[in-house]
Amino acid sequence: TLRLICTTTAVQRKNARASGPEKYTEAFIKKQIEEFNLGKRHLANMMGEDPETFTQEDIDRAIAYLFPSGLFDKQARPMMKHPTEIFPEQRKIQWGEDGRPFHFLFYTGKQSYYSLMHETYEKFLNVQKHQDQLIAEDLPLQKEKRNLAGSRWLTKIELEEMLLEKLSDDDYSRFIQLLQKLVALPCADIEESYIQKFSKELPVQLQEVVIEPLQYDEQGKAFSTGEGKRKTARATAVVYDNGTGKITVNGADILHYFPVLQDREQLLFPFQFLGRIGKHDMVCTVSGGGRSAQAGAIRLASAKALRSFVTEKEVECMRQAGLLTVDPRVKERKKPGQEGPRRKFTWKKR
Amino acid sequence: DDKLLTEPLSHPDFFSVKELFTLKDLFDARVHLGHKKGCRHRFMEPYIFGCRLDQDIIDLDQTMQHLQLALNFTAHVAYRGGIILFVSRKRQFCHLVESTARACGEYAHTRYWQGGLLTNAHVQFGPGVRLPDLLVFLSTLNNVFEPHVAIRDAAKMSIPTVGVVDTNCNPCLITYPIPGNDDSPAAVELYCKLFRMTIIRAKDKRRQSEAVEELR
Repeated sequence: TLRLICTTTAVQRKNARASGPEKYTEAFIKKQIEEFNLGKRHLANMMGEDPETFTQEDIDRAIAYLFPSGLFDKQARPMMKHPTEIFPEQRKIQWGEDGRPFHFLFYTGKQSYYSLMHETYEKFLNVQKHQDQLIAEDLPLQKEKRNLAGSRWLTKIELEEMLLEKLSDDDYSRFIQLLQKLVALPCADIEESYIQKFSKELPVQLQEVVIEPLQYDEQGKAFSTGEGKRKTARATAVVYDNGTGKITVNGADILHYFPVLQDREQLLFPFQFLGRIGKHDMVCTVSGGGRSAQAGAIRLASAKALRSFVTEKEVECMRQAGLLTVDPRVKERKKPGQEGPRRKFTWKKR
Repeated sequence: DDKLLTEPLSHPDFFSVKELFTLKDLFDARVHLGHKKGCRHRFMEPYIFGCRLDQDIIDLDQTMQHLQLALNFTAHVAYRGGIILFVSRKRQFCHLVESTARACGEYAHTRYWQGGLLTNAHVQFGPGVRLPDLLVFLSTLNNVFEPHVAIRDAAKMSIPTVGVVDTNCNPCLITYPIPGNDDSPAAVELYCKLFRMTIIRAKDKRRQSEAVEELR
């Protein structure tokens, strides 16, 4: 055994001082896990299901059924999850019985961050050594361009979660600079797997609008469908080729369904714009909204359906004319303290 | 048990540290090269052999003695299971020093030194921390050419220090100074090699002695 002559003595803390964030002991977490498993079995029995095959989704459904809540914030509703998801992961004691810390960079304060920097620098030196070897043997250096646009580095919060340690902005930027230096080297492909731990795929922002091809029914007539909406009205339209210009809405003729001229003009606008008034038949269904809203919805649906019959240049013309854009205007809500969305109460001087 | 601890103290060189290096090794590693005459620190004058074309040359005989004392001391600390902390603020050798520490099984600190590390350890780390029993400086100056804060803190906490002092450093508060070059890669690699070999030797000897004691 060693005779430890301690140079420092533990300082007695005063009760009034605030301690850091609450630390959960291992025994506490274990007890919580046991209680969770027991509760899961009780819940399964209550719902009449098999306790052995009761998954987390079943638990969520059961809790939502037994404790219905109208709160908007999902985190505020009653939930029953495994304790490891509820109690955040924490650092355990970093040193052993004899007092020696486990990690060789413990005395720096930020051990995981500095060990990460140490590892990354080691990879950097490896790549440089490999590069020197290739140059010495006169071999060509690989230069396959890594796709930089499709990926991003981890954010500071994600890195903090990974390391379980607080970082400063300066630390984070230094780490990212080191990674960028590593990636910039020609032979960085060797450490590709290490770099991928710190990069994430960016989801593709733009979606290509796919113009559907024409479909053919039993008689051989070409047709295509489109969907449209305006305010609260939803409409679907089926446009047939080789027609006479007949339009049917919800089983009734256009003259019966839309007595007002303005609505019928709205319906005919896409055909008039393309110059195909007498050439197509249309059958549509519409629900919701009012008279004008339904007319607008059918207009959008028919314009979308007509894209399949027409060249790309004409589709671009339609788009510029505003035939293919969803009208975003909806009824604005009434605010408290006012009579309507914008109208204030009558102002009285006294 | 008592015998394990008192026996090494009776020999002047129990771990035969003198065999690890020769004068020629120090000369080849360019340990004798100091800074220019203008950078000379007043307290380093006893350790300087002379000045050639304005550059100070460190006396390697004195370096040999100091190095032997320092290595002997580190070996004894490692034999008794003490915590050794390598400190250096030179960016060039940060990776080398950290790898050396890891190879020995000891600890390193080559990054920004937070003020309360040694003096405020119970607040920074938690109650019941064990502080290092020896600090080894591969370079006593920090990046602004001022003495490293750890020298003063170790003196405050009564922790012995071993340090490589160059001609522009202050050797006052260091218990076992080693006058020598701290800027050349060859010199620093030599120091790392020597410290690593002493610590590993001392730990092996400890394990052997414990095994021999258990057999009895």
